[in-house]
Amino acid sequence: MSHAHDKPFVLPADQIHIPAGSMWRKMPIIGLLLGAGGLGGAWATSHGDSHAFWYAYLVAYMVFLAIALGGLFFVIVQHLVRAGWSIAVRRIAENAMITLPVMVLLGLPIIFLGAHDLYHWMDVAAVEHDVMLNAKKSYLNETSFLIRMGVYFLVWTGLSVFFYAKSTGSDGNPEAGIRAAHSMRFWAAPAVALFALSLTFAAFDLLMSLDPHWFSTMFGVYYFAGSALSIFSFISLTVVLLHKSGYLRGVVTTEHYHDLGKFLFGFTVFYTYIAFSQYFLIWYANIPEETMWFGYRIADDFLPLTFLLAGGRFFIPFFFLLRRGVKRNAFTLTLAAVWILFMQVVDMYWLVQPVLAHHHALESADHVMHLHIGPVDFLALLGVAGVFIAGFTWALGRKALVPTGDPRIEESVRFENF
Amino acid sequence: MSKPIKKKTYGLLAEYDSARAVYHACEQVRDAGYKVWDSHTPFAVHNLDKAMGLGPSVLPWIVFAMGMTGATLAMLLQYWTSAIDYPIIIAGKPYFSWQAFVPVTFELGVLFSAFGAVFGMLGLNRLPMWYHSLFNSERFLRHTDDKFFIAIEARDPKYDPQKTRELLERTGAAHIEEVED
Repeated sequence: MSHAHDKPFVLPADQIHIPAGSMWRKMPIIGLLLGAGGLGGAWATSHGDSHAFWYAYLVAYMVFLAIALGGLFFVIVQHLVRAGWSIAVRRIAENAMITLPVMVLLGLPIIFLGAHDLYHWMDVAAVEHDVMLNAKKSYLNETSFLIRMGVYFLVWTGLSVFFYAKSTGSDGNPEAGIRAAHSMRFWAAPAVALFALSLTFAAFDLLMSLDPHWFSTMFGVYYFAGSALSIFSFISLTVVLLHKSGYLRGVVTTEHYHDLGKFLFGFTVFYTYIAFSQYFLIWYANIPEETMWFGYRIADDFLPLTFLLAGGRFFIPFFFLLRRGVKRNAFTLTLAAVWILFMQVVDMYWLVQPVLAHHHALESADHVMHLHIGPVDFLALLGVAGVFIAGFTWALGRKALVPTGDPRIEESVRFENF
Repeated sequence: MSKPIKKKTYGLLAEYDSARAVYHACEQVRDAGYKVWDSHTPFAVHNLDKAMGLGPSVLPWIVFAMGMTGATLAMLLQYWTSAIDYPIIIAGKPYFSWQAFVPVTFELGVLFSAFGAVFGMLGLNRLPMWYHSLFNSERFLRHTDDKFFIAIEARDPKYDPQKTRELLERTGAAHIEEVED
């Protein structure tokens, strides 16, 4: 029962366009400099230890790939369910999504340069002497890996460019907006299937195959849960920053904060549910080839990290985000979003680095798992972050901050939680 | 011969024709400082709670307390039965295998939360209620059909038969009547 309905709806132009000369428009250059500096620095500080570099790079890559894929997920799902509330923040997800072609470029070095350092199963001689890897050879071999990665990269580029072009193409044109809305809703259904399959198998290939003896059918969902948490954190954070610098005021409101917070809370529970299910079944069945994956993650230096993961992924965000007021307040929502993004980094580190530490432990005399966090880890993260931010802010400045042609943009701006 | 029953007044009942009318009337009654009053509509009118000046419900706190109680009880019960009262080795695992107890802990947390939500809601609404004075009004029956009502109770400290009636008249009520208790 708002009185605003009596007035005609106009989007304030100064709130939805970032003018040239703004700090936001300089970010692509700054991002690229950070990217070059970070990645160069990471290579330099790894002192020729190619394992250290590629493992650090993979952690950083999977963190930002999760945000980009999360953006694609957000866009597809909002079309699929014909959501009204989210249209005012959809462009931010679209801009995160359109970094996927950039993430594909960042993925090429992993495939063509780092794969032999990262993936034990690429070592043909080692596979010959390993009964289990020999049995998995039809899936885990270099040729089919290359083909699969090519397919994922094509699917991600195709889907992100399609939804981005459709949405930005109808900016300021309500006629085209109606046609685009119908077309995007139609294609969202096949797209969500392609997205689910490509993300699941990419998580298998890029992360799970680091330890090729181990397997979990839950693993794709695990990466997806982190991806969904990442994008809702990322959108919240971007909106808060844009509000602070004077954009989107009165367009994205407390009501949108509230819904983003609800999704953060919901996916916190979802993550816990599938992460615990993965652990629980393996713990219960107690089969050596499965338990060892958790075994070396709770050994020595890595036990505190595993506790941090359980506490930081579930207990802290769950109890913090329970109250309504926390989700509706920019400051507390920012705290939650920053914490969840930080935990996504911890989570990716927890998935990737123990594999390398395990190799080192097996080769060492005392077999102790050591946790090494050095400059190479921070610089690799900074480097990939820089490239991602460059792509994202370039897209942010290029078009309006909301899909102005969407037939239901007014509904989204005026929506309220009851 | 029985004594004539002494009649008490429940309060004043004002009838409105539209959701918009009752919404703005609620804002005026709220601003006039009344506390013991309620509105009755045939369907949920969004934001009517704000127009009435109602604060947030305490129900979430009841649900939270119940959920925590349920989860704690479930963990303690499983700990006591499996590790103290009748210790038995299952699959070579420790007596207190908290991992195995998590599903039940979760389920009981949810169950108690649901109990807290349903019975807490009934309790806060003082339901079930076998008698309500407003049903003494013939016109009030249409609150489930197409009419909107505001009822200000006589026990409200600001209640005054004359002044309250004047206030309700100013809010544009289509009809005002005094209801017996």
